[in-house]
Amino acid sequence: MTPLLVVAFLLVAAGGTTVVLTREPSRQAVTLSVYGILLTLLFVLLQAPDVALSQVAVGSAVVPLMVLLAVRKVRGKR
Amino acid sequence: MTRSARWIVFWLGAGGVGVLIVLALLKMPSFGGLVHPYRELSVPAAIGRSSPNIVSSVNFDQRALDTLGEETILLGSVVGAAALLRPSKDEREQLDQDEGRVLEATKLLGYLLLPVTLIVGADVVTHGHLTPGGGFQGGVVLATAVHLLYVAGSYKMLRRVRPKSWYQVAEAVAAGAFVVLGLVGLLLTGAFLANIFPRGVLGDLFSSGTVFYLNVAVGAEVTSGVVVLLSGFLAQALSVREVR
Repeated sequence: MTPLLVVAFLLVAAGGTTVVLTREPSRQAVTLSVYGILLTLLFVLLQAPDVALSQVAVGSAVVPLMVLLAVRKVRGKR
Repeated sequence: MTRSARWIVFWLGAGGVGVLIVLALLKMPSFGGLVHPYRELSVPAAIGRSSPNIVSSVNFDQRALDTLGEETILLGSVVGAAALLRPSKDEREQLDQDEGRVLEATKLLGYLLLPVTLIVGADVVTHGHLTPGGGFQGGVVLATAVHLLYVAGSYKMLRRVRPKSWYQVAEAVAAGAFVVLGLVGLLLTGAFLANIFPRGVLGDLFSSGTVFYLNVAVGAEVTSGVVVLLSGFLAQALSVREVR
């Protein structure tokens, strides 16, 4: 395993832990988005560009947007 | 079930899974090693079918039925979410006149990146059999591109370029096209989702036969699916109001 991969794995582990430990849903959407980018980086380093492309679009754009919109609706804010 | 009984069940399950994971990891080939049994089988198979993108060849040629299953799951989830998100009896759609304040930089970036993202998405879909990516990835990129209009601050314009019913129809048609292509294969060769188009020259745009067309079908389905899904969420969050 190259040092770069070790760093990427550690970053993903740290990112995942941060997402789990974030209690506030609207903040969690942001940490989830960052985690998505870290995961994308790992996939690129592991030479899986296909998976990285899905991950960056779904994991760091679509899902956090859905969470934010859901939070906004639930809170009844305009 | 009492609290302690629940914990016992949990630890039994967790322990079992833990043991299985350790056993599986011990049998795995070493990380980054030179032994790749799956690669040895899949690469020659894909090259033999004139498809330089091995993942694409596996997804749409060698194991296309699995991909059909995945697309159906996506279709089902979008239909379910759309049904849950539709306005109820005492709710009406009501658009705000005020669009809110957006930073000029965000606006500029949104409008600049919109055409770029659309082109990248279309490129990823149509070259799915040649370069990394494919229908699913390109579809999500295309759907995200349209929503840059919302990020740039114009929800009204987004609604205008995105007639929801068109996308609902497109999603169903694209999912149906996948099945129809499969049935044509069944009629012509006796195998569902068999590769029926000429395989062409390795590396050409119209090569690897059916893979190209299935990629386009999946791209259309995923784009429409994600647009329909996000339109439900956006409407609920921004414009659906309770009417008393």
